[in-house]
Amino acid sequence: MEGAVRMSNVLRIDNLRLKRGAREILRGVTFSVARGELVALMGLSGGGKTTVLRTIAALETFEAGTIDVEDVVLHAGRSLPRATVRELRKKVGMVFQLHYLFDHLTALDNVTLAPLHVAHVPRDAADRRALELLESLGVAHRRAAYPRELSGGEAQRVAIARAMAMDPPLLLMDEPTASLDPARRFELGQTLRQLTAGGRTLILTTHDDDFARDFATRAIILSEGEVVEEGDPREILTNPQHPATRALLQMQHP
Amino acid sequence: MCAVRAFLLVLLLAVPASGDGRVLLWGGDAEGGAPYCEADPNDPSKVVGFDVEVAAEIAKGLGRTPQFVQVAWASIDQSVQRGDFDIGMSGVEDTPARRASLAATIPYYEFTETITVRQADRDRFRSLQDLRGRRVGTLGGTVAYETLLEAQKTLGIVPVSYDDDVHPYEDIVSGRLDAVLLDNIIATRAMRRTAGLYTHYDRPVATGHYIAILARENTALRDRVNEILKARMRDGTLERIYRKWEIWDEHQTGFFAHALADSPAQPRNRATAQPKSAAVLRYLPSLLRAAGITILLSCLAMALAVTIGVVIATGRVYGGTLSRALLTAYVEIVRGTPVLLQLFVLYYGLSAVIKLPAFVAALIGLGLNYAAYESEIYRGAMEAVPRGQLEAARTLGLTEVQVFRYIRGPQAFRIALPPMTNDFVALLKDSSLVSVITVVELTKQTQIFAANIGSWVIPGILCAALYLILSLPLARLARRLEEQWRAPSE
Repeated sequence: MEGAVRMSNVLRIDNLRLKRGAREILRGVTFSVARGELVALMGLSGGGKTTVLRTIAALETFEAGTIDVEDVVLHAGRSLPRATVRELRKKVGMVFQLHYLFDHLTALDNVTLAPLHVAHVPRDAADRRALELLESLGVAHRRAAYPRELSGGEAQRVAIARAMAMDPPLLLMDEPTASLDPARRFELGQTLRQLTAGGRTLILTTHDDDFARDFATRAIILSEGEVVEEGDPREILTNPQHPATRALLQMQHP
Repeated sequence: MCAVRAFLLVLLLAVPASGDGRVLLWGGDAEGGAPYCEADPNDPSKVVGFDVEVAAEIAKGLGRTPQFVQVAWASIDQSVQRGDFDIGMSGVEDTPARRASLAATIPYYEFTETITVRQADRDRFRSLQDLRGRRVGTLGGTVAYETLLEAQKTLGIVPVSYDDDVHPYEDIVSGRLDAVLLDNIIATRAMRRTAGLYTHYDRPVATGHYIAILARENTALRDRVNEILKARMRDGTLERIYRKWEIWDEHQTGFFAHALADSPAQPRNRATAQPKSAAVLRYLPSLLRAAGITILLSCLAMALAVTIGVVIATGRVYGGTLSRALLTAYVEIVRGTPVLLQLFVLYYGLSAVIKLPAFVAALIGLGLNYAAYESEIYRGAMEAVPRGQLEAARTLGLTEVQVFRYIRGPQAFRIALPPMTNDFVALLKDSSLVSVITVVELTKQTQIFAANIGSWVIPGILCAALYLILSLPLARLARRLEEQWRAPSE
């Protein structure tokens, strides 16, 4: 059983250490994610959740350990080899907390940019696929809008479509629930479930234990740069073992 | 150095004379130098020269104390008319336009317009006719320049206008010019300073006179000055001064006799003053041509500035430590020194190494200067594009070049457009500085125009109108582009 899980692992992080100046941000993070999982990375602010995502997306270098995404391996060092990063970008998509849509492009052009210039898909095929994506996320009617004209929820869905357009097996999302009201949050959960049902793997960071309980297949609690607890969210978030997990729940439900 | 001295003089001497009737304020340009008027090498707070001594004689005759006021030579006419000083004299030429618009005294010195050439060309170029199709330099706004403009029409000479009388002679030696046409006094001075020149003193192109000028309504004082000048001619004082400054020659004897016979000498090289409307028509084509040079120079210089500015900004944002340091040094040096100095260095300073044509030097000088400012705008604009968007583009698999081309560049350009438009309008006006390296553009042509008709009103209005015609459509185009890119809403 354990062998079977390992074989279908999309991501393996082994003893990841990351320093910025004198500050140790990650102190030996280790975990794996299997295909089709929806993992919630949780913990108080400053625990290192976002840094873990950024490091998986090759936006940060690190001091020790390895990151393996479907056999593309990032090693510790002062810089990441360009060829490796190029391969990794095909495997990992990222949706940022502030979305960072390209301000000068319409929603549709945001989505088609990478297919056109990275994958060299012809324009009409790229447009068709982008429209499908926007349609499935319920924002096709906003295709001609510019980012500043979109609501927070719309911008988030365009950002998901943009990341999905390159069809990465692993999708990272930083704090997707942060600015959503309960109804929107539920919609997002449904959408993410559809994605994982299609064979995609998701890792998201969140403070929201209700969301994690409802939609995540696993929760990983980070505190002071270390994994302190992990498991079925319904279990560990209901019956927390570690003080950091308890503190997190305290924050959410004072 | 000359400029420093002149500046000191302004500080020390140009203190207004508090309405004291016992002081005679007289204006001249100490940059003009000896023998006319220059700062005393032994005491730079004083000026010396034959004009200085003639002014002193006039003051003495009036029972007043002479006090010198520094004024740019090209502005003497306007300055005396607006009352900055009582009398202007500093190699001021007798022209019909001056006589028409100011109170002019009788001439006090007769000079000849002489041709100076390279020693080797002394037998080849002996007259204006010999110089057909050649480049001939002179001081802008002078009778000599007018003469060259006429020769341009009749003989196909290429007149080159300078702001000073030192560089034209150096440019003969360097080969930028084939000859200089200027007053014999100036030629003599240049021969002393610069080796390898020959002046055809015995073949004068024209004869001219120096006069003193007063405000138009100041005829009473002018008449008293005339009497004093005549008396000093009669008693040999002027001759003594001219001999002292080594400018006495056989011309003066006849000229004095003529002047004392009370028939004011007329310049023999020019027709009588034209009515102003005719002058406007005569100068309009050359003003339009000068406006063409201004817009052409500005557009090309801006294109150069934008290109180099993008390279510098990109180098400063993306480059390594060394290239960043070098580019920063370039920007700081160029921004920290006057563009006027840069033009001088480029045109005259480098002429031993490379002889750039004036227009090319002007283009490069303005282009390199503005490139420093543009690069700062672009650097700021590039850094204003949110880092998150760049990272988002990277996670999508775009290379750094693609991130620049599709995300950072287009957004930075939008941010940079308004300050760029502003800079282009500034460049359009700064292009007037290139007249110091002999390019006659709109402002210089206007100055020449104004000097010749003796008024700034019509030339000034025409010049301003032309600048506005050039800059307003540009501002409108920029605004339209901005609106277009701002896209819906907002």
